[in-house]
Amino acid sequence: MLNLLWIVPALPFLSFLILAVLGKRFTLKAASILGAGSIGISAFITLLIGISFISNPPADHIFVQTLWTWINVAGFNPSISFYLDPLSIVFMFVVTFVGFLIHLYSVEFMYEEEGFTRFFAYMNLFVGSMLTLVLADNLLLLYLGWEGVGLCSYLLIGFWYKDSVNGAAAQKAFIVTRVGDTAMAIGLFLLVANLGTLNIKDILSKAPETWAQGSSLATAVALLLLGGALGKSAQLPLQTWLPDAMAGPSPVSALIHAATMVTAGVYLIARTNALFILAPDVQQLVAVIGAATLLVAGFSALTQHDIKRVLAYSTISQIGYMFLALGVGAFSAAVFHFMIHAFFKALLFLAAGAVIISLHHEHNMFKMGGLKTKMPLIYWTFLIGSASLASLPLITAGFYSKDLILWTAWSGTKGSTWLWAAGLFGAFITAIYTFRMVFITFLGEQRTEISHTSGNLIKVPLVILAVLSLIGGFIELPGTLGHLPLFSGFLENALPSVSLTGKSILQEGIFQIIAGITALAGLYISYLLYVRRNISEERFSKGALHRFFYSGWGFDWLYDRLFVKPAIFLAYINRNDFIDLFYNGIAAVTSFIHKLLSKTQTGRLRWYAMGIAVGAILTITIIVFL
Amino acid sequence: MNISLEINLALAGILFLIGLIGVMVRRNIVFMLMSIEIMLNASGLAFVAAGSKWMQADGQVMFIFILTMAAAEVSVALALILKIFGRTKTLDADLLDKMKG
Repeated sequence: MLNLLWIVPALPFLSFLILAVLGKRFTLKAASILGAGSIGISAFITLLIGISFISNPPADHIFVQTLWTWINVAGFNPSISFYLDPLSIVFMFVVTFVGFLIHLYSVEFMYEEEGFTRFFAYMNLFVGSMLTLVLADNLLLLYLGWEGVGLCSYLLIGFWYKDSVNGAAAQKAFIVTRVGDTAMAIGLFLLVANLGTLNIKDILSKAPETWAQGSSLATAVALLLLGGALGKSAQLPLQTWLPDAMAGPSPVSALIHAATMVTAGVYLIARTNALFILAPDVQQLVAVIGAATLLVAGFSALTQHDIKRVLAYSTISQIGYMFLALGVGAFSAAVFHFMIHAFFKALLFLAAGAVIISLHHEHNMFKMGGLKTKMPLIYWTFLIGSASLASLPLITAGFYSKDLILWTAWSGTKGSTWLWAAGLFGAFITAIYTFRMVFITFLGEQRTEISHTSGNLIKVPLVILAVLSLIGGFIELPGTLGHLPLFSGFLENALPSVSLTGKSILQEGIFQIIAGITALAGLYISYLLYVRRNISEERFSKGALHRFFYSGWGFDWLYDRLFVKPAIFLAYINRNDFIDLFYNGIAAVTSFIHKLLSKTQTGRLRWYAMGIAVGAILTITIIVFL
Repeated sequence: MNISLEINLALAGILFLIGLIGVMVRRNIVFMLMSIEIMLNASGLAFVAAGSKWMQADGQVMFIFILTMAAAEVSVALALILKIFGRTKTLDADLLDKMKG
């Protein structure tokens, strides 16, 4: 059964090729069956592989399927091979299943749009690239998938390319992530130069033998890989592209900019965990960046008007939690939060997309309102997703995953009170902005007429994701609530488990209660602010602090001054490119000789005859007399 | 009667020069064509003379080639001249300078 592994990424690629080459000949129905169906079959095979892997695990819990040798140069021979272990199974599962649900949703969401087959071709290419990324057994193949998803992200953000704003957003996303990708490429070069291989398994075993704990090379490699992860996962200081990436269609935001691609950085760090353990300073930095990002993005989410931008900042913030977990060494907690986050954030984006399409593509929450009675199913699923995001205690999956991170941030040997406090305060803000979004969008009076009601293809994925957002957490119950570590037990074979300082179960319980109360307090404050309206939004929105948060802490402004403006200025003063002078000179000389020669082309036959005669005489003279 | 090679070649050279000067100074295409014919025959004469000097048949073979080629050339050239005249109503080569660079 495991031998079917290659089909999982191959199917989306095949479907992409067919749609890209023959797309124009397909009816909308055929294109949607092919586009969504290929992902559906991939998801089904993933399920079979997952069952077979769990019931009958291969040796060491690792299965490698080598398809062919990619390159073979001077002992450097990366192959096209897929590496299956518990970590890649989790990612594969999320990519194919959530991907399939989003594809189903897209069939209805995009049906009326121009470029329907183009959309599905890009989406399939994305799923194929993402699967390559998470299944790659060497970092070069991973990098191929990494760039592939970056390309699809660019193509899909700019899907509605006729509006130049969308094109600019796509370029911004591409260029900002390129900064991180360059760092990552240099990191890969360092790995090849020092370890002579990019095979992940070899790296993880060779690195601790070659480098001492905290050696400068290990630190440099970990830093450079972290750079790549920061760009892809939109963490400080490369987070500015994600809010603008919301220019793409809502299913794209759900699939690429919430559930899968942006968590590739989390995957990379979890996958190369040994390198980060070798560089404790960098791992500490990961935790600090995660904590800082979750606060910065949380404050920005508090002030946004566009419902998708709230969700975008919230995604940045939640990935900050994952980085926090990675930084304190709780790799499985990060992956657990990744999975739960994929469920509820995809749900939130899809539900938000359904709202947006029902209101003539209105993104501004303050023009929505009162949708609770008009679209009850979307309201309830959105509410469930929000509850999970705000990690309301006990009933939602988000509570279990976030609580695991908070607990390890406190009790882990690499954790600290500060990291825990940042995470807890972040959870408080999360609850406020999440319910602010719910209350403004769905309660109050209706401000815009509904123009479109959603069909089953939109509703079914929402319901499935809502169920997963509720019960998904029960596969990993903490010590206080029955202690059922199914998920971390599964991942234990792939990822090092977190080392905790001996804290008692009583303390864990107290901390969970604190976390739960924090979330509920956030909910209550949000209720006071936006339902009871004891404190008006107007009073905040005039303040300088509000503007500062609204603009994403001025990062765009800063980068504009630091990088964009100087680059444009340099381009301006060098607009007559001085290197061109040399080439223009060659062109001028050539053109001068051309003019001289064309003077001889008089068009007079007799001149030519004379030219031939004179030439012949000269030639003969030279031959005879010299 | 035995004519020396030098005289023959001198005659061929003179004929060739006459033809060449004709091509260069005449403006009427028909006369230019006739001048070319003179040049061709001049070179033919040089071949025949050289062939008879060294008692080789090659010279006469070459002359027959030149003759054949000249016939073909004249037929093509006359057809072209007719066409040119039909289009431009002139045979003055200096007026036909549309191809100047």
